[in-house]
Amino acid sequence: MSVAQLAGGRVAAVVRRAATRDPLVIAAVVVVVGVAVMAVFGSALAPYDPNAIYVGPVSAAPSLAHPFGTDDLGRDILSRVLAGTAPSVLGPVIVVLVSSLAGAALGITAAWFGGAVDGIASRLIELIFAIPGLVLAVLAVAMFGKGLLAPTLALAIAYIPIVARLIRAGARQELGRPYMAALRIQGVGSAAICFRHLVPALLPALFAQTTIGFGYAMLDLAAISFLGLGAQPPASDWGVMIAGGQPALIAGAPEQSMFPALFVVLTVLAVNVLGARVTTWAEGGER
Amino acid sequence: MNAGVVRTLAGKLGELALTLFLASVVIFSAVLLTPGDPVAALAGGIRPTPELIEAIRAQHHLDDPVWQQYLHWVGGVLTGDLGTSFVYKTDVAALIAPRIGVTVLLVVYTAVLIAIFGIGSGVLAATRGPKADRAVLIGTSIGMAMPTFVVAILLIWVFARVLGWFPVYGAGDGFADMAYHLTLPAISLAVLYIAFFSRITRGAVVGQLHSEHVDTARVRGIPRSQVFRRHVFLNASPQILAVSGVTVAGLFATSAIAEQAFGIGGLGSLLTEAAARKDLPVVQVISLLLVVVFVVLNAVADIAIAVIDPDSAKPRRNA
Repeated sequence: MSVAQLAGGRVAAVVRRAATRDPLVIAAVVVVVGVAVMAVFGSALAPYDPNAIYVGPVSAAPSLAHPFGTDDLGRDILSRVLAGTAPSVLGPVIVVLVSSLAGAALGITAAWFGGAVDGIASRLIELIFAIPGLVLAVLAVAMFGKGLLAPTLALAIAYIPIVARLIRAGARQELGRPYMAALRIQGVGSAAICFRHLVPALLPALFAQTTIGFGYAMLDLAAISFLGLGAQPPASDWGVMIAGGQPALIAGAPEQSMFPALFVVLTVLAVNVLGARVTTWAEGGER
Repeated sequence: MNAGVVRTLAGKLGELALTLFLASVVIFSAVLLTPGDPVAALAGGIRPTPELIEAIRAQHHLDDPVWQQYLHWVGGVLTGDLGTSFVYKTDVAALIAPRIGVTVLLVVYTAVLIAIFGIGSGVLAATRGPKADRAVLIGTSIGMAMPTFVVAILLIWVFARVLGWFPVYGAGDGFADMAYHLTLPAISLAVLYIAFFSRITRGAVVGQLHSEHVDTARVRGIPRSQVFRRHVFLNASPQILAVSGVTVAGLFATSAIAEQAFGIGGLGSLLTEAAARKDLPVVQVISLLLVVVFVVLNAVADIAIAVIDPDSAKPRRNA
């Protein structure tokens, strides 16, 4: 059996055990799958055009016609939340994909070659780490203008050192194990050792970090949009909706801000619960 | 101080200087990496007149080699000449100076809340039995998914509409009024970090409670409170300090969100507004300031850890 098959078998066992022991994990999976469905089919499922104004009364409370109520321009909030799922989820996905790939490559390179390469890589990691993600994202907006693309890429860069540090430490530990020396003595090539043995051994930790990173990226990008620097009105991005609902909130109609905020919190909560479980599994222990 | 602490100190200062130098180069290069003419990048969202173009070229020494431009910029920042904002038509220093105070007060207020409630609830979870532990675990799970902007709108709704105990807009005048105005913004910034610190503290304290030296101290008949203070908490504190520097420094950046939500004219709201107006000279200086704060606070935390636990300063094989 290869390492990947072993890991696959363990995943199934962990999922079974988690499901019987921990209803919280089931709830988290349901939320994540639900949000994924909303991201793909949200626009199609929306009962109204998310940007059409005055489809109902202004700032109305939830009703049968408008289950989440309407906003200060009479737009249907449910439709806007549904249509806003894709842009709100896509950004964090890009952030974790780019930062995980680049961070893993940087961490493994540093651990594999050691010496001067490790020194340069570690310095690079420290440098990126010193510029907070939000600051790098705002700097990107000042350079390239408002919109989600520049902040998303800036955050992807800002998240690299977190992954790189983790993978570098893991790779150093793994490379020091006896089986690595055994593989070398048997004449296994470097590429094969790296990609067939080292990388699979690091995947659980990388996956755990990716899950946790998704939650943070979602909060950071929603914050950028909340600040008015990301997605622009009338887009139905969740962060934009929360910010746009503030006048209605003070006027006594909380629905416009609260429903998108609820979805941000639920999504991040579910992802965090899964992340904690995946971390436990990656560390190979019981809680 | 022993040799290990001094070595850590010297090493830290060297790393600090190098990181700051590299970060300043990155922030400086923002002008060069911006698509289009550097003059347009420095002018921001406004359309410059021919006279203004000449002024910008002269002020930023754009006809000199790039490395000289960098030295002019960094030299200016170090000597207090922060450059000119062409969008706001004033010195960057004049823009920043009156706004630093309110942001520092907000960050300190938030840090105090985090220290009291985060560390406090972590200690409770670790020492007051499984029920308290479970309650804190549930609370922190929710707290860790509560970003500043969500807590802010919840607080605005509750206090603006329902209770009305606290103001939901502006920063106030005078210390007491400012502290009053900054209460809700500080809470909105603190919630996520309270949950985070609670988890870290619980883990660190539980780790110490199960150690042999604590059992020994207890068996020797040392009073419980003293065992906790001198044996458990002191030994747990490096783990808490390790995340404190990053957290407080990060608060200076995230305070932008609370300032935006509660209409406070601080450094963060200036950064946001300047970025929206593509005012690169202002954004560069504030970014550099935030990076300096970040790097310095991290170094301070590392040094504090080295003082409390000199062992951590010894060279490790796998470090």
